[in-house]
This record gives sequence, structure tokens and C-alpha cells, in this order.
Amino acid sequence: MRIRFWGTRGSLPIALTAPEVEAKVAAALLAADGRRFADLAAARAFAATLPFHVARTFGGHSSCVEIELHAPDTGSHDYILCDLGSGVRPFGGAVLARHGATTPNTFHVFMSHVHWDHIMGFPLFTPAYIPGNLIRIYGCHGELEAAFRAQHGAPSFPVDFSQLGARIEFVSLSPDVPVTIAGLEVLPKLQIHAGDSYGYRFAHGGKVFVYSTDSEHKLDDPELTDGFIDFFRDADLVVFDAMYSFADAISVKEDWGHSSNVVGVELCQLANAKRLALFHHEPIHDDRRLADIEAETRRFEEITRVDAAPLEVFAAYDGLEVTL
Amino acid sequence: MELSPRRVGDVIVLRPAGRIDHLNADDFRSSIEPQLAACTGAGPALLFDLSGLEYISSAGLRVLMVAAKTAKPRGGRIAVAAPQPLVAEVLDISRFNLVFPVHASLDEGLRALRAA
Repeated sequence: MRIRFWGTRGSLPIALTAPEVEAKVAAALLAADGRRFADLAAARAFAATLPFHVARTFGGHSSCVEIELHAPDTGSHDYILCDLGSGVRPFGGAVLARHGATTPNTFHVFMSHVHWDHIMGFPLFTPAYIPGNLIRIYGCHGELEAAFRAQHGAPSFPVDFSQLGARIEFVSLSPDVPVTIAGLEVLPKLQIHAGDSYGYRFAHGGKVFVYSTDSEHKLDDPELTDGFIDFFRDADLVVFDAMYSFADAISVKEDWGHSSNVVGVELCQLANAKRLALFHHEPIHDDRRLADIEAETRRFEEITRVDAAPLEVFAAYDGLEVTL
Repeated sequence: MELSPRRVGDVIVLRPAGRIDHLNADDFRSSIEPQLAACTGAGPALLFDLSGLEYISSAGLRVLMVAAKTAKPRGGRIAVAAPQPLVAEVLDISRFNLVFPVHASLDEGLRALRAA
């Protein structure tokens, strides 16, 4: 199983500004310290040695994560996604580049919820306009289809949902009821978020991937906490909503429906999970800030580990691939 | 949970020891209730001496935060003091120290609460 992150930003897509790019270039030039590079490959090899926040970016697309069970070739393929934030636009471009416009594909999409940042990419998802494609959108919300139709037409968008060329089906799931879809065992779970959200535990070939975003953890009910420990149990990777600091999440931003890096580490440690991906990054955090949070979270994991096996912690970024 | 309460002037000092995690955070919450009820503008302030605490999880920190939110509207004052280095690091990484008064030593905490 391979996990590919197409969008990792929370609430609102962002883009690097000109001054931010200039600052990165200046820092890289300073680090080069007068070195000369024979060609672009040599320069890129040097860039790869620089800190992540200098040479690269965590990215700015809103939530979209791909689960790849088998590497696609140019023939028809069953794609699996979590959420349709703005990250699905570059995903759609990659699909078209691989298959062209005439090869029919199937897309299975598991929706955490239908807040705007999680559905906003769909109107610009090119495969939805191509006859022959099949898009199955799964979720536990009763208003799943209505939410997609509402954003896809006047006055919000120039193309009405009814004009889409692909066949689009909405499939209702129920929390705590396991199903098998596209070869994946899938278990949805209710999470605390305005209007509810749902996490998904996916299992295939002995590997477990948990997608748990837009989820607040109140910590005042041991049964709820134990429920999430079970949900994360022995997962090979947990994608976790770490939008806020822990202090913010329990004070000024309590009831805003998001969680923290600290709670992510604790739950994963208690669940014996192997990897934790910090996800749904706060839009006001720049690359340096996210890199600092990633480093702090690794330190937190280290000092709270006790006798448990190490938990690998990283901040997800647009373009990251993780093989489980 | 034994908190060994002792009164120092107009401050009650509570000294939790060992570990506070999701398994015993509710015991911790119950244990501070009597002192929290008395923590008003007219009553004594509460100072948690963390020098005997080896670890506190998010559930334990939340108990402290809820206590502060309960006391503040009544004019009550709550602070923590003397965290061991690893606990101090947890307070820092969680940003708890930005929303809750954290003092490096017990004396500093007592001075701050008396001066308030």
C-alpha cells in the first residue's frame, strides 16, 4: 500500500508569496557559500542537502490523499482517494497525463465531511468532465450529494453538476459498519467536528492506514479516547489533524473541531501505531514554522515514549509518498 | 490521588507526584475539586508544585485548564511551578506555558500569586 499526499493544508489553500520564495533562494545561496555547480543536477543534489523549509515547501493544497494498492499503468485503473480538497486538481492532471483522456477510470472517494475545504477541488477535477469515467463518492453524511451539487453551479461555479460527463454515484456508509470497497476493508468512525466528520480505517494486504482529519479530541471521556485508540490500533500510518497547538485546542480554539500534534502522538503511542503524519496544517503557518512543529513533535514522542517502540513522526507535505 | 495540600499564607499548594495520564486524569480532577471550590477572589489561590511529577499527558493538562477556566470567572487564581525538565519541555511543546501561568520554582510561584 502506498499513500500519496496531494493536499495537506487545513481550512484554506495557500501559496508561497514572492517574498517567501525570495527568502528561500537567499537562504540557499547563503548556504552554498560560493560553491560552483557543473549543471542543474549538481545544483539539485546540493539543494537536497538543505533543510526542508529552505529548499522545499509543505505546500498549500487542501485535503486530498491517495491510497494506491497497485501501481497504475496506462490502462484503466481503480483510484482511491480521501477527500476532494484543492489537491485533487493536480491529482486529476496526473491521471490524465498517465492515461490520456480516452481511457476510462474509476475513482473511489471517501469523504471525511463536506466542509468547503474538503470538496472545493471537485469542480476543477478534470476526469469528472470526461464520459466513461466512474466516480463513486462514499460518506456517512446524509447531505453528501446535496453539498456537491450546491457548489457545482450558479452562482458559485459556471458549470452545473448535471453537465459533468462522468458517471457520478454517491454511496452512503454507516459509522462502525465495516465494508469492502475496491479490495480495501474500510471502517468509518464518527469524529467530533461541527456537523460531524468521519475517520476511515483502511486495511489491505496486512497493512493498515488510518485517515483521521478534522477531528477534535475532548479528552474528558475515557471511553471516547479508548475508541480512538482502538481505531488507530497497530496502524502502519495514521494521518492526524494536528492543526493547532495543544494549548490552543483546549483554550481559545476549543470546540473549533481540530486537534494537536501532542494528542496525535499520545493516541498513536497508546495504539502502538508505527507512523504518524501531521496533517491539515494551519494556513497561517509558514514552512519554517511547520518544520519547527515537526521537530518538536519528534522530541515530544521521544520524551514520552517510555517502553514503547518508537513512533515515526513527520509533517505531511503535498507530493509526499509513503510506502507501508 | 494524593496531593498533600498545604497552606502557605493565602496560597494552597498541591503536590501531585508520579504520572498523570488518561488513565488517572479523572482521579486528578476529583482530587482537586475541594480546593478548586474554595479558589475564589476571596479564597486562597491554588499553586500546583510539579516537582514530584514525572509525566503529565494532555488529559492531565486539560484538567488544569478546566480548573483555571472554572476559577477565573470567580476571581480565583491558579498557577503551576517547579516542573521537572521533561515536564517543562512538555509544557513548552504543547504551548501550555503560553496560556497558563508556569513558574520555574515554588518560591517564584508563591511570590507571583501573592503579588497578584
